[in-house]
Amino acid sequence: MESLKRIPHIEEFKDELHGIFDESRVNKSYLTRAEQETKRSKVVPSLEEAIRLSGLKDGMTISFHHHFRNGDYVVNMVMDTIARMGIKHLTLAASSLIDIHKPLIGHIRNGVVSRIETSGIRGGLGEAISHGLMETPVIFRSHGGRAAAIESGELKIDVAFLGAPSCDVFGNANGYSRDNDKGVTCGSIGYAKMDAQYADKVVIITDNIVPYPNVPFGIPENDVDYIVKVDAIGDSQGIMSGATRYTKNPKELMIAETASEVIEASGLFKEGFSIQMGSGGASLAVARFLREKMLRENIRASFALGGITGQIVELFQEGLVKKILDVQSFDLDAANSLKNNRMHQQISASYYASPNNVGSACNQLDFVILSALEVDVAFNVNVLVGSDGVIRGAIGGHQDTAAGAAISIITCPLTRGRIATVVDKVNCKVTPGSTVDVVVTDQGVAVNPSRPELRQRLIDAGIHVVDIQELRHKAERIVGHPLPIQYTDQIVGIVTYRDGSVIDLVRGVKEMDED
Amino acid sequence: MVDHERLRRTMMFIPGNNPAMIKDAYIYGCDSIMFDLEDSVSPFEKDAARSLVFHALTTVDYGMKEKVVRVNALDTPVGIADLEAMVRAHVDVIRLPKTEKPEDIVFCDEQVTRIEKEIGLKVGTTGLMAAIESAKGVLNAPAIAVASNRLIGIALGAEDYVTDMKTTRSPEGTELFFARSMILHAARAAGIAALDTVYSDVNNEEGFRKEVTLIKQLGFDGKSIINPRQIAPVVEIFTPTAKEIEKAQAVMAAIEEAHKKGSGVISLKGKMVDRPIVLRAERTLKLAKAAKVLK
Repeated sequence: MESLKRIPHIEEFKDELHGIFDESRVNKSYLTRAEQETKRSKVVPSLEEAIRLSGLKDGMTISFHHHFRNGDYVVNMVMDTIARMGIKHLTLAASSLIDIHKPLIGHIRNGVVSRIETSGIRGGLGEAISHGLMETPVIFRSHGGRAAAIESGELKIDVAFLGAPSCDVFGNANGYSRDNDKGVTCGSIGYAKMDAQYADKVVIITDNIVPYPNVPFGIPENDVDYIVKVDAIGDSQGIMSGATRYTKNPKELMIAETASEVIEASGLFKEGFSIQMGSGGASLAVARFLREKMLRENIRASFALGGITGQIVELFQEGLVKKILDVQSFDLDAANSLKNNRMHQQISASYYASPNNVGSACNQLDFVILSALEVDVAFNVNVLVGSDGVIRGAIGGHQDTAAGAAISIITCPLTRGRIATVVDKVNCKVTPGSTVDVVVTDQGVAVNPSRPELRQRLIDAGIHVVDIQELRHKAERIVGHPLPIQYTDQIVGIVTYRDGSVIDLVRGVKEMDED
Repeated sequence: MVDHERLRRTMMFIPGNNPAMIKDAYIYGCDSIMFDLEDSVSPFEKDAARSLVFHALTTVDYGMKEKVVRVNALDTPVGIADLEAMVRAHVDVIRLPKTEKPEDIVFCDEQVTRIEKEIGLKVGTTGLMAAIESAKGVLNAPAIAVASNRLIGIALGAEDYVTDMKTTRSPEGTELFFARSMILHAARAAGIAALDTVYSDVNNEEGFRKEVTLIKQLGFDGKSIINPRQIAPVVEIFTPTAKEIEKAQAVMAAIEEAHKKGSGVISLKGKMVDRPIVLRAERTLKLAKAAKVLK
């Protein structure tokens, strides 16, 4: 071969070429597939070994997904191992944290974890953080906001530890297995897809090594560096129940029925409409009432999005929903449908809701049904902080779908026990009122003044439409006016909007006096 | 004054000791709310429940809903105390449990009259309804139904009744056939409402629908219910079909036509329209309007 120097303009792209081909450097593999499995496997003997190989050091950022919900063993297992190895000052970036992750309190106290980024925190960990556990405030991001931060590099993950119910020795991983029923099942692993794609090092933790190739896969082998086989990655009972049941609570049913009437009267209830429904009592029950209307009017939905439940799968099986886009499967019926149906597609958090992605599925929504801890008279919604000021929720896809859907519908009771749901000002602004179109309560439906045409349609359909101020007065008349929560000066949480801007701050709460 | 005309398709029991249910019982769309101070409240909570219901009735805005309170039997001190409090709270109707003879109603009427006078309320404002829950009560139903002008209706209480009859309730309700027929006849002869007993298996919607269909066909005005989930099936079954509404409207149009012509004889499609047809048409339209299928 002639010298590369003879190539015109070689100086412009010589860095892209790796010199002249050299036969002796060719690496022909004579290994059979069976030999590949043993000799080239990414499986390492222990979690500790995987952590060592990943190069994890003090001050780095690690990440986890929350597809195992309250049955997750992975976060605690990995953190205990990291703590034993003496690595400190980590940033923990989980897609969400739940009751089962309470042991993190110890790791925060011991300096193993010094920062947290997450979509939400529930249980004892949230209590502790609200009472001042961490020096550095927690950053809360929506699922779409997290995806965008990962894509842009603002949230740079050094090592992702991702639990997977099935994985082959090269790293093709998924939330279920078509090869055997040995492991636990979680259905979609949509949130973990982001971490796998963008983290510098990816460790898959599985209890079920399956034959190559593990197809279909949620995470492809090219995103995976190391695999650890453990005895158990989670408790199947805590990960998902057999089927999410419809609520029997009459008030929730009534709210759900009203929400379905709002959809029918909205003007967008047409052949090919699209919808996302949550897994909460009222929001889930909307599916049941909507089904009757779809059958009666002979209307089918083009797709259902989001966290998927067995109720949505039922609509799909009846032909009432043509396709399902699944970022998270809430029950076994949903997981089994993902496994068995071609038109039930697993999607990543970015595909679901990233604001950087023009075609985001959440932007294609006609309707989203969402819940709320609080709604205020400006339609702002809080889904993160309880009425006692303590962090006990998650942003999830709330901000993303409210912004993306043509009509966002919040379902909530006017009061919960002795606490008003419709308030003058939310304890924590998570989803801005400008993206909330309708609030459905048991005592009337309020429509955002920015949607007068929608309001008129609902009135014309005989729906009990009231001013949000009227709902507020009604709530106050029933439960009275509570004393304000006693906050401390310490900022314990930073709530970001999906574009990364700061929409609110969460302050610490004072200890309640004993007497 | 006592309202004899209003619809009472669904009369929903609300335990008198449950603040959560009491505070928003009006949101579900039942015709009448029946706060219970009797069987759903333990003897130790009678005073608390009475106080709770009193304050609810005088504080919460129940809108157009009829407010009924089931008091304890009046041969107990608790029962009289219930009556004293509820008449003072301006309840619409007192439901008297375990009525066996007309004297029970007469006594209750006297007590209510006394209390109304004491508080300066127009005598006769408070309505009464009698629950009939024994063999003796069923046999006395015709006399009970005419014992007071305050009576808006009589109701069957089947659980106690079947025990008295030495039987149990069956899905078909064969054992209730006589009592239901007796109460219906007594109510119709007295010109008051006939109201059917509760169906306690809330999760058996199919069985509930069967029973409601049966009692509607027998002629009952409505049913006692124990859960908001039972409202929709009752309303649906009591709502006239489009065809029935159309027919009723034609009858009313024929009447108007006859009035315009000054004719005393009303005819529709060549057939004479007599009084029963008119009454049925009026009731059909009333039910249709209540169910919002007709404006």
